[in-house]
Amino acid sequence: MSKVDLNKETGPREVFCGLTSIVWLHRRMPDAFFLVVGSRTCAHLIQSAAGVMIFAEPRFGTAILEEKDLAGLADAHEELDRVVNDLISRRPEIKTLFLVGSCPSEVIKLDLATVAEKLNSRFLGQVRFVNYSGSGIETTFTQGEDGALKALVPLMESTDDEKLLLVGTLANNVEDRFKKIFNNIGITNVESFPPRQSTELPKIGKNTKVLLAQPYLSDTVRDLKHRGCEIIQAPFPLGVEGSTKWVLAAAAAFKINELKVHEVIAPLANRARQAIEKHKEILRGKKLFLLPESQLEISLARFLHNECEMELIEVGTPYLNRDLMEEELNLLPDDTKIVEGQHVEKQLDRVRASNPDLVVCGMGLANPLEAEGISTKWSIEMVFSPIHGIDQAADLAGLFSRPLTRNQILTSKSLATH
Amino acid sequence: MELTLWTYEGPPHVGAMRVASSMKDIHYVLHAPQGDTYADLLFTMIERRGQRPPVTYTTFQARDLGGDTAELVKRNITEAVERFKPKTLLVGESCTAELIQDQPGALAKGMGFDIPIVNLELPAYSKKENWGASETFYQIIRTLLKDKVNEIEKINPKRWMSLGRRPKVNILGPTLLGFRCRDDVIEIQRILSEQGIDTNVVAPLGSSPDDIARLTDADINICIYHEIAETSCEWLKRNCGMEYTTTIPIGIKNTINFINEVHEKLDLPLTNQEELEHKSKLPWYSKSVDSNYLTGKRVFIFGDGTHAIAAAKIAKDELGFEVVGLGTYSREMARQVRAAAKELNIEALITNSYLEVEDAMKKASPELVLGTQMERHSAKRLGIPCSVISTPMHVQDVPARYSPQMGWEGANVIFDDWVHPLMMGLEEHLIDMFKHDFEFVDGHQSHLGHTATKGLDNKEDEHAQSNINIQKKGNIIWTDSGRAELTKVPFFVRGKVKSNTEKYALSKGLPEISDETLYDAKAYFG
Repeated sequence: MSKVDLNKETGPREVFCGLTSIVWLHRRMPDAFFLVVGSRTCAHLIQSAAGVMIFAEPRFGTAILEEKDLAGLADAHEELDRVVNDLISRRPEIKTLFLVGSCPSEVIKLDLATVAEKLNSRFLGQVRFVNYSGSGIETTFTQGEDGALKALVPLMESTDDEKLLLVGTLANNVEDRFKKIFNNIGITNVESFPPRQSTELPKIGKNTKVLLAQPYLSDTVRDLKHRGCEIIQAPFPLGVEGSTKWVLAAAAAFKINELKVHEVIAPLANRARQAIEKHKEILRGKKLFLLPESQLEISLARFLHNECEMELIEVGTPYLNRDLMEEELNLLPDDTKIVEGQHVEKQLDRVRASNPDLVVCGMGLANPLEAEGISTKWSIEMVFSPIHGIDQAADLAGLFSRPLTRNQILTSKSLATH
Repeated sequence: MELTLWTYEGPPHVGAMRVASSMKDIHYVLHAPQGDTYADLLFTMIERRGQRPPVTYTTFQARDLGGDTAELVKRNITEAVERFKPKTLLVGESCTAELIQDQPGALAKGMGFDIPIVNLELPAYSKKENWGASETFYQIIRTLLKDKVNEIEKINPKRWMSLGRRPKVNILGPTLLGFRCRDDVIEIQRILSEQGIDTNVVAPLGSSPDDIARLTDADINICIYHEIAETSCEWLKRNCGMEYTTTIPIGIKNTINFINEVHEKLDLPLTNQEELEHKSKLPWYSKSVDSNYLTGKRVFIFGDGTHAIAAAKIAKDELGFEVVGLGTYSREMARQVRAAAKELNIEALITNSYLEVEDAMKKASPELVLGTQMERHSAKRLGIPCSVISTPMHVQDVPARYSPQMGWEGANVIFDDWVHPLMMGLEEHLIDMFKHDFEFVDGHQSHLGHTATKGLDNKEDEHAQSNINIQKKGNIIWTDSGRAELTKVPFFVRGKVKSNTEKYALSKGLPEISDETLYDAKAYFG
């Protein structure tokens, strides 16, 4: 392992909770519904994070706990039953219903597993119920996806077929590109988890080789391992370097000749490096500070340093799984300062003291930092935009160069001279 | 348990944040888990604020629950007071912290700080955002003034005369994330200063605890937003004898009523009564011939209580619309909204469910919807023009330009915002003249943009669908002549005409609908 400088910090945080991941999960699986069992805060959080007013009727909702539900638990179970019945009669097309635990439901120890079990026997053959927790007392932001996927693992049937399983939500077009690349190097049986339809879960077993597309899936990985899957160690497919090593790691697991991979990847990589070039002109030598949010921070830092030549001041991450991140940590320059957890006030003190050119942060912090004259990139865009893979590498670089370019346009010419 | 797909109001602690963020020199320690910080983005993204809300989240985790979360609260309070040096500290909890009962407010009070501490108890499982804002504002006022009110005499609104100064008022109720509050305050101050009335304090927006402490220097209070300030105004009336105004100055008539009310309360003679009629362009624009086409336009209204009631009055009395629906999500204002609806001979819709609102909208077949951003989306789906009149806030509701709802300029803004989504009178007239020309295609009306065509497509589908249903149900068939006549009906009332005609045909037991049936039905329903 490279000698990165690992630190831990605790204190007040400015990070979303796991419920937020419903925003992309429900789009990935259009036949699923996510029912949060929580408070008005939960409902307000998801709609604020997602800007859901664009939907006629979203495929997620909240069963809002009221005072009478808190009085006695038996009531709460019955009430939840009633809400689920209403929901299913309203949305008969739903195939999988995720009961999502929240901070309040965890604190009052509402047993969603038992509820799901009962509902499963009642709606057998019509709707499948699974439960997980997206609560902020246990999960941050992207860990919500980890919980949702882990809940699906027991439903995956067994097979001894050899296959490559890509794990972690990818944009559909990115997934298609990856499958094409794998087919071209000779891996033909490639499936994705989560699938595009919640009912079409891939089968898994001892000949399933798991390649993680997202870095935040610790619990899912553990359960897949228990089912006999082999976990391929690799960095994550962000940027040309990460994506290439990622494909190479899969190829090695399938005993495919490295030359064959390079033959397929080289033209794509050359094209992508050229496309990155104009962003690199802007990003080179600029100081970058990443605040914790999506757990993609370490991979992003690696890409922005190694391929865009940015200088890393501090890389924050809400949670660090050293096993899963080992390959990434090895690719970081020595002495990179990594901070796991957060004390938002102290971290902002360090941001101001280090005079960064760009800060990657959450939406609550972006405008206040801009108002102080510090350029920002909101991290939530990383989970909503297709950024994975070689073909998206330049787009990914563009997400970071744009605020700097804009800043230059606004400050050096128009506003200053008019 | 209530199934909620979308909610008009956030939880009560978000209301408390609106008050805290509106003020200066105040800090709010919120006992809350990770994730509740999402509320910051409402202020930094929607309002485009360049400062973070003055809120410290204790960020307790599951593993803290077995241990001492009270210590965590105290640590956060100490750090927040040291770092931000507030003049007043608010302490409260969000929904989850309410369940673990650490009583952070009581803890804070026991820590020996020499600043006022406001203990906020906002029941998250029964109350909502506006209630939370109202309660927070009230608790701040009560905490900062409770000693003072015992010492001072009851405030006589006419005391300015004997004190030999101009009358002075407080403007209470504007907050961040309140609909056009930023500009309403400017407009109201302008109106008052024209009348020789000074503003003592505007609160919560822009005020500090020091300002709250001198609220009693004013002669009366102006309540510009019942949802937020009524409780506080009542308390100040009860404890200091301060009178407050209840008329919301939205629209010409209510702006004039408001000015009269202020003058009466202060016993200040109103010298420019006649001038008032000409302060805004709305009365003349509404009278001008082009606006003839606004007569009887069917309008559906839904929003917070204050803005929905005001909108209904303007729609009916100042623009000559017909109000066909009126409702609110503000339960606290249900009584007033019901009364306003009763005057219009309609039944008020009091609900939190946007789907219920959309259904009611569909049934009322309005030509204009005045609602929240959610109604704008519903109206778009139905192909009906819409103007936004109320919170919940969207980034578009914080325009760069001066854009109040209250006072004279507010009336100008309202005329433009409500009338522009409609077809202009002349345009409507021309379309009527040319609609039988082969070049004419429904849906290219300028005011509906690209959504009109989509809306009409949906309507066509509905036509096809309901035709089938009707044939099954009552065996009614639209003949070619009936169908042709129906297409000549202006698109925005076509749905209504169609359903009325079918209702008529069913009631008369007619097997088919011809052009004549359509006219019979038209005559029958009037």
